[in-house]
Amino acid sequence: MLKYLIEKEFKQIFRNPFMKRMIILFPLMILLFLPLASNFEIKNINLVVVDNDHSSYSRQLIGKITSSGYFILTEVSPNYKRALKAVELDRADVLLEIPFAFEKNLVKEKKSDLMLSINAVNGTKGAFGSSYLSSIIRDFSSHVAMEWLSVSVSDQTPSFHIKTQFRFNPHMKYPVFMVPALMVMLMTIICGFLPALNIVGEKEKGTLEQMNVTPVKKFNFILSKLIPYWVSGFIVLTIGFLIARIVYKLIPAGNILTIYAFSSVFILGISGFGLVISNYGKTLQQAMFMIFFFIITFIFLSGLYTPVTSMPDWAQTISIFIPLKYMIEVLRMVYLKGSSFPDLISQFIALIGFALFFNGWAVFSYRKVN
Amino acid sequence: MSVVQTEQLTKKFGHFTAVDHISFEVGKGEIFGFLGANGAGKTTAMRMLCGLSKPTSGKGIVSGYDIHKDTEKIKRNIGYMSQKFSLYEDLTVRENIRLYAGIYGIKEKEIAPGTDLLLEELGFLKEKNTLVKSLPLGWKQKLSFSVAIFHNPGIVFLDEPTGGVDPSTRRQFWELIYKAADQGITVFVTTHYMDEAEYCNRVSIMVDGRIEALDSPANLRKNYECDSMDGVFHQLARKAKRQAD
Amino acid sequence: MKQFFIFVKKEFYHIFRDTWTMIILLLLPILLLVLFGYALSTEVRNTEVAVLDHSKDAATERIISLLDMSDYFDVIYFLDSPEEIHQIFSNESPGLVIVFSEDFYDNIVHTGEAAIQLLLDGTDPNTAVNISNYATTIIMGYQQELLEIFSAPFQIKITPRFLYNPEMRSSYNFVPGVMGMILMLVCAMMTSVSIAREKETGTMEILLVSPMKPLMIIFSKVVPYFFLSCINLVTILLLAVFLLDVPIVGSLVTLIVISLIYIFVSLALGLLISSVASTQIVALLISGMALMMPVMYLSGMMFPIENMPVFLQFVSNLIPATWYISAAKKIMIKGLGFSSIIRETIVLSIMAVVLISISFKKFKIRLE
Repeated sequence: MLKYLIEKEFKQIFRNPFMKRMIILFPLMILLFLPLASNFEIKNINLVVVDNDHSSYSRQLIGKITSSGYFILTEVSPNYKRALKAVELDRADVLLEIPFAFEKNLVKEKKSDLMLSINAVNGTKGAFGSSYLSSIIRDFSSHVAMEWLSVSVSDQTPSFHIKTQFRFNPHMKYPVFMVPALMVMLMTIICGFLPALNIVGEKEKGTLEQMNVTPVKKFNFILSKLIPYWVSGFIVLTIGFLIARIVYKLIPAGNILTIYAFSSVFILGISGFGLVISNYGKTLQQAMFMIFFFIITFIFLSGLYTPVTSMPDWAQTISIFIPLKYMIEVLRMVYLKGSSFPDLISQFIALIGFALFFNGWAVFSYRKVN
Repeated sequence: MSVVQTEQLTKKFGHFTAVDHISFEVGKGEIFGFLGANGAGKTTAMRMLCGLSKPTSGKGIVSGYDIHKDTEKIKRNIGYMSQKFSLYEDLTVRENIRLYAGIYGIKEKEIAPGTDLLLEELGFLKEKNTLVKSLPLGWKQKLSFSVAIFHNPGIVFLDEPTGGVDPSTRRQFWELIYKAADQGITVFVTTHYMDEAEYCNRVSIMVDGRIEALDSPANLRKNYECDSMDGVFHQLARKAKRQAD
Repeated sequence: MKQFFIFVKKEFYHIFRDTWTMIILLLLPILLLVLFGYALSTEVRNTEVAVLDHSKDAATERIISLLDMSDYFDVIYFLDSPEEIHQIFSNESPGLVIVFSEDFYDNIVHTGEAAIQLLLDGTDPNTAVNISNYATTIIMGYQQELLEIFSAPFQIKITPRFLYNPEMRSSYNFVPGVMGMILMLVCAMMTSVSIAREKETGTMEILLVSPMKPLMIIFSKVVPYFFLSCINLVTILLLAVFLLDVPIVGSLVTLIVISLIYIFVSLALGLLISSVASTQIVALLISGMALMMPVMYLSGMMFPIENMPVFLQFVSNLIPATWYISAAKKIMIKGLGFSSIIRETIVLSIMAVVLISISFKKFKIRLE
C-alpha cells in the first residue's frame, strides 16, 4: 500500500515545475552566491584626509596609511566641513585631520596630535578603522624616532611583536563558515517545511478527507509524504558537498559519512516539526506564516550568522532548543576540525531528543477521526 | 440482511445536537437517499457511518462492523465520494485509479486491465492519460464514483455527489448508481436535490437532526398528499427551527 | 467609489478575521527587531581564552589581566605545555589561545625579541578576525602604557571621535536594515499570497464578474496591506526608539516620506509576484525565499556591500531595500536632511513607478 502512495507523491513533485526548481535551483543559488556575500571582514575602509600642514611628514603619513592595504584614500579635502560631507554621504568612513604645524611640532616638541572622526554607524567597522589607523600611526612615529635618534630604537622604545595564526582555516576562507551552515538551512526548508505545506495543501483541497476514509493508516500516509522530501534532502546535501568541493575547494577534514548519519537524525527531527505545524495549521496561509516565523527564529538564533556565544544569555537559552544549532555545529566540526563521532556525542543525543519529541508530538496531535 | 443499522445515533458538538437519536436500517443493494436542508445533519450522520467522526451516543453497524470500535475495518469495506473534489487534479485518470486501487488492496496485475475496463464502460478510455484537472466537471464526478466502487465495496457513501452539473449529466450519473446497485452494491447518498429523491428506493428526510420521515418516495407522496417530493419536503421543513447556513 | 470602499472593507475583514495571520503580521516585526537588536551581534563577548605563559612575569600578568578585565574576554584556561594546545581546541574550544615567549619582559626592554602568539579558531573567520582585532587592540593598550612609562619620544597622540554612534552599538547598524526587511516582507509577501489565494480558490473570478473595474479590485487588495505596513512602520519606530534606544536624529517627516515610497515599491513587487504565481505556495516561496534571501544578504543589512564581488554589488543596487536602508541610516542615525538622500529618493521613486506599471500591465493582460 505504501508503494502506491509514494508513487503518487513522487509523481506530483515531478509534475510541479516549481517544486523541481525549488529543489535544484534554489539550493544552487544559495550555495553559489550567498557565501560570497557573507563576510563581516573589515577592509577597504574609505578615508578622507584634511591636510592642514602640507609638510613632508604629513604626506609621508598619508602615503603610509594608503599603502597599508586597509584604507582607500577617496579624497583629500581642503577643510573639515567638506570632508565631513564625504562621511555623511557614505563616501568615506574615516576622516583624518592633520593639524597645521604637525611636522614642526613633532620635531620640536617631539609630540603632535591628530584628529580622527569615524563613522560609527557600523560600530565594528568604526572600531577597527580606528584601531588599524592607530597602529599605522604608531608605526609611523617609530620611524620618525628612528630618523632622529642615533641610538637604535629598541633602546628607547620598548616593543614586542604579535603573531597571529588561524587554526583549522589557515587561509581564512569565509565560505568555509557559511557553506556547511547553509546546507543545514536548506535541509530544514526542504525536509521540514515543504512537506508541512504539502499536507496542509491537501487539507485545504479536501483530498485529505478522502484519504481519511480509506484503509490507509496514518503512519503510512505520513511516511509517504515525508519520504520524497527526505530523498530530496539527501540530494541537496550531496549537491552541497559537490559545490563546496568544486567551487570553494572545501574538502572535509572529517568523514562525510558521519555527516550523512547525523543528517538522517536531523531530518527526522525537523520533518517531525513540520508535521506538528501541519497539524495545527488549518489553512495554507496560517501554516506558511507559522513556518516563516520559525524559520527566521531558527536561522538567526542557531549560530548560522553570528556565534551563539556572543548572544545575550536569554538568546543562548532559547538556542538550546533549536535543532539547527546542533546540526550546524556537527557540520562545521566535521568539515573543519575533522571531528568524529565520539567528539559529537552531545549533539547526537540532542538531535535524537528532538526527533523523538517532535515526532511524538506530531503523532499525538494528528487526528484522523475527530 | 441490513448493510447499515443505527439505533439512537447521536452527535453533539458541545450544546449543539447535530444528529438527534436517529434509528434506521438499509438493506443490501438498496439505493438509500438521505435528504434534508443544509444544516439538517445529513453530512454529520454520514461521517459517523464512514468512521470519520465518533458518535456521542447510540449504536451503529456498517457492513457488520461497529462504528465505535471497528472504524478501520469499516473503511476497508466501504467506498466514499466526498463533497469536495476527492481526486488528485495533478495526477492523470489512470494514476488516480491506480492509487486508490492499490490502497484498497487490489492486486497489482489486476489494476491495469481493471482500469481499461472501467474507462471503456464510462466511455472515456482515451482520457486515460489526461490530468484530472483538465476534465469537465461531469466526467470528474463519474470518475470519482467509479474510483469509489473500483474495489467492489459492500456499500458506497456519496456526499452530495451531483453539485454543479446540468440535469442530463446528473441523469447519466444516476445511471451509474443504478448499475452499481444492480451489482449488489448498496448506495447511501445524501442530497438536497428533491428530484433525485425519486431515484432512490427509500428516502429519509432529516429536519433539525431528526428523521422526520422514512419510506419509499411513492409512499411519502401518498401519505403527505403531494405530487412531488418537493412538496413533501416543504411540509416537513416548515417545522424546522434550525436555519440553513 | 462606494463599491471600492466595500471591497476594501472586505479585504480588511479577511485579514482581521484570520487571527493567526494577524498575530504573525504584528508580532513578526517585534520578533525581528528583538532578534537583531539584542540577540544578533557581530561583537564578540565573553570569549574564552587559554594562556600558555612561558614567562610568568609582570608584563604577561598585566596583559592577561587587561584581557580578563575587558568585556570581551574571560581568561579561563591555563596551559602548561604546547602539546595541550591541540587538545584544548578540540575539547573546550576557546576562541583564543595566547602564548607568551620566555623572558618576556626582559626581551621587551632589552632586545625587542619578545613575542606574543595569538592562536585563533578559524572555523568562523568573522569571529576569529574580530577576536584577533580586539585582542590586538587590548595588547597594544599595554604597549601604550609602556611607552608612557618610558616616556618614549616622538609620540603622536590620536584623538578619535566616534560620530553618530559613540557607544558603538550594533543595533544602530541593524535596525534600519530590519525596517527594510519587515516592510518588504509584509507588503510583498502578504499582497502576493492574498491575491494568489483568490486566484487559487476561484473567488477572483467572482470578483471579476462584479461591476468593479478589475484594476480597482487589485487596488482594493493592496490598500489594507498599505495600512498594515504603516502600522508596522510606527510599531518598529516606537520599538526602535524606546526599546532599543536607537535614535531618530533627523527629521521624522523625511523618514516617513521615504518609508512610504519604499512601501509603495514593496507593494508593487507583491503585485508583480502575484501576477506570475499561480498558487499560494508559489507566491509564498517566491516572496519568502527569492526575495527575502537577497534582501537579507545583499542589501547591506547584515554584510557590508563593499566586501562583495562586483557582480553581487550590482545585484545589490537592484534591490529596493538597499536604497531604503541607506536612506534610513542617514536620517535616523546620522541625522542628515533630505538633501543627503536625493539619490535614494529618486531611485526608489523610479522603482515604484516602473514596478507599478509593469504589474498593472501584466494584470490587465491576464484579466482580459
